[in-house]
Amino acid sequence: MKRSARLTSLINLMAPFLGLILVVLIFSLMPEVQSRFLRAGNLKAVATQSVIVALGALGMTVVIISGGIDLSAASNIAFTSVIVAAAVNAGIPPVLAILAGVALGGLIGLTNGLLITKLKLVPFIITLGMMGIARGLAKWLAHNQKIDAPLSWINELMAKTPHPPWLLLAPGVWLMIVLAIAMAVVLRKTVFGRHVFAVGSNEATARLCGIRTDRTKIMIYALAGLFCGLAGVMEFSRLTVGDPTVAVGLELDIIAAVVIGGGSLSGGAGSILGSMIGVFIMSLLRNGCTMMGWPNYIQEIIIGVIIVAAVALDRLRHRA
Amino acid sequence: MTPSGPPPPALEMRGIVKRFGATEALAGVDFTLSGGEVHALLGENGAGKSTLMKILSGALHPDGGDMRLDGRPYHPSDPGVGRRGGVAMIYQELTLAPHLTVEENIALGREPHRRGFLRRTEVRRKIRETLDFLHHPEIDLDARIAALGMGARQIVEIARAIMDRSRILVMDEPTSSLTREDMDRLFQVIRKLREDGVGIVYISHFLEEVKEAADRFTVLRDGRVAGAGRIAETSLGDIIRLMVGREMNAFFPRTGRVSGDVLLSVEDMKGGAMALPVSFDLRRGEILGLAGLVGSGRTETLRTIFGLDPKEEGSVRFAGKHAPSGKPWARIEAGVGLLSEDRQGEGLALSLSIKDNLTLSRLRPYRRLGFLNDSLRRSAAAGWIDRLKIKSTGPESAAGGLSGGNQQKVALARLLHQEADVLLLDEPTRGVDVGSKSQIYSWMDRLAAEGKGLLFVSSYFPELLGVCDRIAVFHRGTLVAVRPADGWTEERLLAAATTGKAS
Repeated sequence: MKRSARLTSLINLMAPFLGLILVVLIFSLMPEVQSRFLRAGNLKAVATQSVIVALGALGMTVVIISGGIDLSAASNIAFTSVIVAAAVNAGIPPVLAILAGVALGGLIGLTNGLLITKLKLVPFIITLGMMGIARGLAKWLAHNQKIDAPLSWINELMAKTPHPPWLLLAPGVWLMIVLAIAMAVVLRKTVFGRHVFAVGSNEATARLCGIRTDRTKIMIYALAGLFCGLAGVMEFSRLTVGDPTVAVGLELDIIAAVVIGGGSLSGGAGSILGSMIGVFIMSLLRNGCTMMGWPNYIQEIIIGVIIVAAVALDRLRHRA
Repeated sequence: MTPSGPPPPALEMRGIVKRFGATEALAGVDFTLSGGEVHALLGENGAGKSTLMKILSGALHPDGGDMRLDGRPYHPSDPGVGRRGGVAMIYQELTLAPHLTVEENIALGREPHRRGFLRRTEVRRKIRETLDFLHHPEIDLDARIAALGMGARQIVEIARAIMDRSRILVMDEPTSSLTREDMDRLFQVIRKLREDGVGIVYISHFLEEVKEAADRFTVLRDGRVAGAGRIAETSLGDIIRLMVGREMNAFFPRTGRVSGDVLLSVEDMKGGAMALPVSFDLRRGEILGLAGLVGSGRTETLRTIFGLDPKEEGSVRFAGKHAPSGKPWARIEAGVGLLSEDRQGEGLALSLSIKDNLTLSRLRPYRRLGFLNDSLRRSAAAGWIDRLKIKSTGPESAAGGLSGGNQQKVALARLLHQEADVLLLDEPTRGVDVGSKSQIYSWMDRLAAEGKGLLFVSSYFPELLGVCDRIAVFHRGTLVAVRPADGWTEERLLAAATTGKAS
C-alpha cells in the first residue's frame, strides 16, 4: 500500500517533467536546429525570456491554488513598468524606483483582494475589472506613449550577458530561481501555505476550522500583486522604456503555465515546481519554433494543444 | 381492508421490495390509493417513504412486487414514463426555474408547437384554465417565479403537475416552507383536486396538518407497513405509537457523569437564519440534545453559536465570559468546535490529506516562526487514526477516499485534536455504519466525563434518549421545551416535534 502511494506521488511529481523532456527531445532531434537548440547561449536566452512570465506565475500559482484567478496580472505588469520608467526618468534612485514599482503592484493586488472579500464578488469579475483599470491607469500616466528613461543598472537585470560574467545568468534569472524556491517553501512548509490549500480545497471547511478566509485571500492577491510589480520591473529592464501597451494577453500565458504545471482552476491543487516547468515548456516551444522558422500561428496552435492535453492528462491521472 | 368500491383503485402497490446493498429499504410494502382521496404516508426519517415514492415515480426500480394503475400493470422505466402515465410528483424543494416566468415554467418540456414554432396562445389558454380551476386566477402568467411568494410558487408547481390531467399527485412535505395563510390556500386546492377525482399521496411530518388534509393514512416503519386506517377514526397518539414502536437495541455507554458549572449560556439569541430567539444553558460534563424535525431550527442554532451565521439579537457567553467577535476563528480560540452535518460539502476538504484535515483547526503546536513541523503533524495524525480506528492508508491519504463512517471519524478527530471545550455536533451519526456509531457514542460519553459540554443535534430519537442528559425540542423555529432525558419518551419527543406542544 505504502509503496504504491509513494510511487503514485513520484509519478505525479514527474509528469510535468516528462512534458518538458519531451519538448527538449523533439527539438534536439530536429536536424535543422539540433546544433543550436541545446547550446548554453540559447538556453540562457530562454531562461531570460522566461523571467517575466515566471514571476507572474509564482503569484498566480498561489491564487489558483486558493481557487481564484487574477486576470489583472498582465495589466499590472504594464502599469508597474510605466511607474518604474517614470520614476527613473524623474531622477529617483533606481532602488527606490524598483521599490515603488513593486509596492504599487502589491497595492493593485491588495485592492483586488479587498474588493473580492468585501464586495463578495467572484475573483474573475473583480480582476477582469482591474485588468481594464490598471491598463487604463498605465496609459494615462504615460500620456498614451512610451516613457523613455536614462539607462541605469536596472537594465542590467535582464541583460543577455550578465555584467560580472561569473554570474553566468542574468540577475533577473537568479532572482526568479531564488523566489521560486522561497515560494515553494512557503506553500509547502508554512501555516500560510496550508491555509491557501485549505481555502482552495473547500472554503467552508477552512472557515469551520477557524481560518480567517477573508484575510488569507487578501494576502494571496496582495502577494500576487507584488510578484506582478517585480515582473513589471523586469519588463522595464528588458525594454529600457515604460510601455503601457506591453504584455497584452500575457495573463493568459501565466495562467496557462500554472495549469500545464498541474494547477487546478477549481482550487486545492498546484505547485511552484509544476508552474515553473509549465513556464519553461512554453518558452522552449516558442524558442524552438522560432528557430525552425515556423510562423507564429504554428506556435499558437501547438501551445493551445498542449494546454488542453496537459489538463486532460492531469484529469486522467487523478481519476486513476 | 378499506372500502374502495367495485372499480379497481387508481393505484395499487403490492409487496414492494427494494434493497440497497445489504440493507432492505422496503420489505414488502402494500399501498393503495383511490381516485378522489387524500392518503397520508407517514413514518420517521428512514422509514422508507421516499424510497416508495421514488419507485412510484419511476426514479427507482423495485426488486420485487407489483404495481397497477387503474388495474393495468405499471412498470415505469424512468420518471418521464411515470409522468405520461399520470403520476406527478411535487417535491419538498420546489423545482421551478426562478428566472423564467410562470408561463415558461409550467410549459417547460412540453411546449405545444407547430413545426418547432411555439403556439403560445394555446399554451396560455390552457394555463389560464388550470389556474382558474385551482381558484388562483390572480397569478400573472408573465411574472417571474423569483418575484412570487412561496405559496404562489407551490400553486404554480401544482398547476404544472396537473395540467396534463395527472390522476395521481404525490406531495412530499408541501407545507414545510409555507405560512399558515398559504397553507389554507393549499388545502383548498387539495380539496378541489379531490372533488375532481385526483388521488393524492400526502407526505408530511406535521401530524395535525395531516389530520386536517387527509382521509386515510399508512404508516411505514423500517421498510414495512406498521399500520393503516382512516384518519378520522384514529387518534394522533395511536399514529405516533405506530411510527415509533421499535425495539431499542443500540448500545449507549454512560459512565458516571456529573454536570458542573455553566459552560455555554445562550440568551435570547437569534441568528439571521432563525425564526425566533432561543435561550438555554449547557453545563460542563453534560450532553444536551437538540431534537426536532429537519428545518426546525436546530442546525441554525448551532451555526449561530459558532458564528457561521450572523447573530442578530441576544448574547452567547462561554464560561461566564462574553464572546465579542462572532467569527468562527474567535469561537475556536474560545474553545468551541463544530461538526458540520454536511460532511462532504463543509465538514472536510476532500482533496486534502487526513493529516491536513485533522490538524487544520489547531496548527499552533506545530508552528515555529511561521513554519510547520510536518513530521510532528504526521505522527499526531497517525495517533488519532490509531485511537479512532480510522481505516486508511495513512495520514497522507486523501480524506475523499474514505468511507462515510471513517470520514466522520476524521471530522470528530479534528474536534478532539482541537481540544475543544464546547462541542457542537450536528447529526454526527448520519450516514455512519453501526460500528462507527457506537464508537462515536462512547467518545461523546468520554468527553462529557472529562468535563466538556456537548450540544448534540439528531433526528433519531432513540440515540438522543440514550446519549443525552437533557433534551431540548424544536418545532418550526421555536424551542418548545428543555427537560432531563428521563422526562421524555420517543412518543413525547415526536409529539413535541410534530405539534409544537410538550406533554
